[in-house]
Amino acid sequence: MFETHLLSYIIFTPLVGAVLLLLVRNETIVKSLSILFAAITFILTVVLYLTFDAAKPGFQFVEYVPWIYSLNVAYHLGIDGISLLLIVLTSFLTLIALVASWSSISKRVKSFNFFVLLLEVGMLGVFCSLDLFLFYIFWEAMLVPMYFIIGIWGHERRVYAAVKFFIYTMVGSLLMLVAIIWLGYYASTLPGGTFTTNLVELYSIAPTIPLGIQTWMFLAFTLSFAIKVPIFPLHTWLPDAHTEAPMAGSVLLAGVLLKMGTYGLLRFSLPLFPESAFKFLPLMAILAIVGIIYGAFVSMVQKDLKKLVAYSSVAHLGFVVLGIFAITVESIQGSVIQMVNHGLTTGALFLLVGMLYEKRHTRLISDFGGLARVTPFLATFFMIAMLGSVGLPGLNGFVGEFLILVGAFKSDFLGTPAYAIVATSGVIFAAVYLLWMYQRVFFKTVDKPENEKIKDLNVREIAVLAAIVVFVVWIGVHPITFLSKSEPAVKALVDTMVKAKVGALGALR
Amino acid sequence: MQNLVVYIVALPVIGVLINGIFGSLIQKKLGEKVVGAIGSGTIGLSFVLAIIVFVRMLGEPSDARSHVVEVYKWIAAGNLSVSVSYLVDQLSIVMLLVVTGVSFLIHIYSIGYMHGDRGFFRFFTYMNLFVFAMLSLILADNYLLMFLGWEGVGLCSYLLIGFWYDKKFEGVNITWTGDAGMKAFIVNRIGDFAFLIGMFLVFANFGTFNFDSIFGTASAHFATGDPTVTWIAILFFIGATGKSAQIPLYIWLPDAMAGPTPVSALIHAATMVTAGVYMIARSSVLYALAPAAMTTVAIVGAATAFYAATMALVQNDIKKVLAYSTISQLGYMFLALGVGAFGAGIFHLMTHAFFKALLFLGAGAIIHALHEKQDLRDMGGLKSLMPGTYKTYLLACLAISGIPPFAGFFSKDEILGRAFANSFILWLLGAVTAFLTAFYIFRLFILAFEGKPRFDVHHIHVHDAPKTMLIPLWALGVLSVIGGWVGIPAALGGGDTFDKFLEPVFENAQAKLPTIFFMNASTEYIVMAISVLLGVSGVYLGYVAYLKKPELSAKLKKSVGDLYDVLLNKYYVDEIYQAVIVKPLTYVSERYLWHGFDEIVIDGSVNGTGKTVRFIGRTLRKIQTGFVQNYALAFVIGIIIMVGYLLLSVGAFAK
Repeated sequence: MFETHLLSYIIFTPLVGAVLLLLVRNETIVKSLSILFAAITFILTVVLYLTFDAAKPGFQFVEYVPWIYSLNVAYHLGIDGISLLLIVLTSFLTLIALVASWSSISKRVKSFNFFVLLLEVGMLGVFCSLDLFLFYIFWEAMLVPMYFIIGIWGHERRVYAAVKFFIYTMVGSLLMLVAIIWLGYYASTLPGGTFTTNLVELYSIAPTIPLGIQTWMFLAFTLSFAIKVPIFPLHTWLPDAHTEAPMAGSVLLAGVLLKMGTYGLLRFSLPLFPESAFKFLPLMAILAIVGIIYGAFVSMVQKDLKKLVAYSSVAHLGFVVLGIFAITVESIQGSVIQMVNHGLTTGALFLLVGMLYEKRHTRLISDFGGLARVTPFLATFFMIAMLGSVGLPGLNGFVGEFLILVGAFKSDFLGTPAYAIVATSGVIFAAVYLLWMYQRVFFKTVDKPENEKIKDLNVREIAVLAAIVVFVVWIGVHPITFLSKSEPAVKALVDTMVKAKVGALGALR
Repeated sequence: MQNLVVYIVALPVIGVLINGIFGSLIQKKLGEKVVGAIGSGTIGLSFVLAIIVFVRMLGEPSDARSHVVEVYKWIAAGNLSVSVSYLVDQLSIVMLLVVTGVSFLIHIYSIGYMHGDRGFFRFFTYMNLFVFAMLSLILADNYLLMFLGWEGVGLCSYLLIGFWYDKKFEGVNITWTGDAGMKAFIVNRIGDFAFLIGMFLVFANFGTFNFDSIFGTASAHFATGDPTVTWIAILFFIGATGKSAQIPLYIWLPDAMAGPTPVSALIHAATMVTAGVYMIARSSVLYALAPAAMTTVAIVGAATAFYAATMALVQNDIKKVLAYSTISQLGYMFLALGVGAFGAGIFHLMTHAFFKALLFLGAGAIIHALHEKQDLRDMGGLKSLMPGTYKTYLLACLAISGIPPFAGFFSKDEILGRAFANSFILWLLGAVTAFLTAFYIFRLFILAFEGKPRFDVHHIHVHDAPKTMLIPLWALGVLSVIGGWVGIPAALGGGDTFDKFLEPVFENAQAKLPTIFFMNASTEYIVMAISVLLGVSGVYLGYVAYLKKPELSAKLKKSVGDLYDVLLNKYYVDEIYQAVIVKPLTYVSERYLWHGFDEIVIDGSVNGTGKTVRFIGRTLRKIQTGFVQNYALAFVIGIIIMVGYLLLSVGAFAK
């Protein structure tokens, strides 16, 4: 009984928490309550993680409740190893973000906690949905709290950033909605078919759509995901949104929301429309590596710490996209683990920049200098997060990047190692922009009196960061704990794609 | 019982954890001595265990000395599966002994050298972390784990170069020690880029990173000279030029001298920088299949040896002289590898570790005594003031100059002999370098120790180094004398023991090398005599030019004119890199990519769309006048257009 509805419990625990919050007045209780519910959610996802059986094929913890009978829409949940990792990441980072924001949010505390929990519902729902309609609802639902989080609790240009974020994402998701309806309609035109948004059924239907129409659907879905990732050149909402969002917003935005784009590519774009995917594969791979190089170059010259970290996401997600479109078990496994990695390290970097901002009220790199002596703990955690991000072997980032690159190098789908070679140069540039920033912020001497008084991390902040570091090291030292969970799902996906490729070749002949 | 190896690697990690997490507390409560004891003790234990493993290995038959110890499975995805497992064989045991032994001595030395530093615990944490990474590098049984160590030592190098992060350091585009650390890391990453591509190629062709499988099947996969294996070998070598500071990626090493001197001794002279040499020796089978790559290695090695030695001639900073000297000596090692003398390369790696560590530690003692003065022009007369340092330093200088029977003589002689058999020009470069080496090192020696003090003797009271520093100096001094005796060639009545010990590791590679090396005894003696002669004359010239007739050195300086400045400024290579790569890159990124593309093109079009929509909205609003007549008019016009369209489409007006 418990396990059959575990996914529902996970998705709606934060919702219950959010509703309960509305009944409370005292700010401390509000904060504690939201942390409590985020913690319960996290524990539930850990239970989910432990009970998930990687050896079993297909989706697990499936729940199916018919909803809109006439359209065959159902409350249909289920997860595989890929969603599993992202679900745990989501609940973990939400908890982290709430604890970290304990003292940084001073106005409208209740609404803030309410929106964060609501956001968590949306995020978890996205990763659990096996019905396109349901997926779409969660996808859109998460947009609203994020809009408010940026727009109300953000920095100086928060309204501009919030609107830009909203419109960008909206454009993409509307196209996706059209494609979802179209898909459902297409299913109904088949002999004996009915309108359906059931993903499992569509997996066998969608690939048979004539290539002309399929291409449009692929583009509609993929554009929506590409904006979310974001894939170059659709990324310009990101630096603004990330920079203007409050700390918790940036952490969840970078940590989880971006992954919904890459998750969408894996869950929908590739398996639903394999033939169209093959058609656009070189383009996607090129955009991915342009993102890697471009993101790094632009990061290098940023003057604002937060913007630098934001642009670095463009580069990191470029690796993930390359891994996905290389379509090898190695590279997609790399992409999956890299999604988690990016959530952890970039999440940690945003936390650290946020903490620094809280203490010093500036994010300009040139305002700092010599902090290693004033705030040794902060400097140490920053160093570890940075090294994870740079892809130092032994920490998490390396595992993802290496698997992506080694897979892309020998990928039959990409057909040439050229993409991987260009992408590998990204490891040089990542070192350049991060180390240079570190040098200017933490090394050298303290030359501004304001910096002398910056307080080092307190126990709460240390606890939050240490929790992240545990996983940064864990994934680096023993990634198999996590890789083994997603391997069967990834293998199945790659098999599907290989079969589709062979089929496509057969059709050509 | 091979499991001992796991403890050898684990001990430094324990040191890292204790000093890393509790070090600050221990230092405050129990004093820095405890921190130092933990840091050095763990390494000392590792060294003892390494000796035990070595002794056990000697008891085994020479063809059964290779063991693999698997610890756990590290990364697995698809066809890729990599374990953390250690390969213990003759090659790795030599490295193991050198690394743990020299590290142990330098750790002890550091207790004295770093005395009173507020970052004492941080220093030992980084040093232990370095030893862990270095051990992973040399014990790895696959390229991926080796890469972990490879990057790990790079990280420690970065952390330790910038250890005194609030200290200034002068260089091209460098103002702080941290800048120098960053430069080291990034230049190394350029090499790592090539190393990674090489690893991808290996995986694409072999489906594994495991040494045994790769080397065992290499000749089945590739014919000699196959372009793929040549690419692999070249790419690996580019990786090595980064870590081991060869042309064109050597530029970081001189600036790495910004770190504390024990770091320069351990990481930037004795161990880490030899990682490239070790990696290529380990991959000897692949190189044997790629003659073009071998030739490249030999040429780059010889060229670097010579080129770096010329720069060492004129530097005034004692550590800079030693830095260029290190680059030059590493060049010798690559020359050895390139001509197929893998054993000789490793032999020189070992002897160099002894005498170069000593040269640096001695320099550290001097710098310490002179209150952080590093300029040779401010030294002099230390002979009587620092007798212990003086005596040990002399041993190291004789060793690097290749004077028999000191350690450097045997290893350098072997390399030059093999080079001679291979190519006259390579030998000539090596031989001239031998002369330059003897000259610059005795220039340094004389400027530092002989003559009259050129520093203010009234304010700086020079004392010889304390015991914690002197004991390691003497230990290394002894090794600088006898360290080469394990490889006395047959021509001198020795048994060539070192080469014979390593033979099983390299026999596969040797079997594939085209020419088996033969040189008749008389040629061997002549070549040997020439190199001794060159060494001795280098020493003598240095002695004359800087002690007997100082005016000669001034004359020398004048006669070469502009060349002197070119050498002093290191051929302006840093400036060239700066102007050609760094400046344009930041300019283009800021001006065109960020402000240009992102802000104007993309955001311009996005905001432009927004503006257009708003404009359309505003315009449309004007139509909504609120007058019913206007709406009715629009209504009628609309109907006319629609009806007209319908009529047209059914062909009502068609003739």
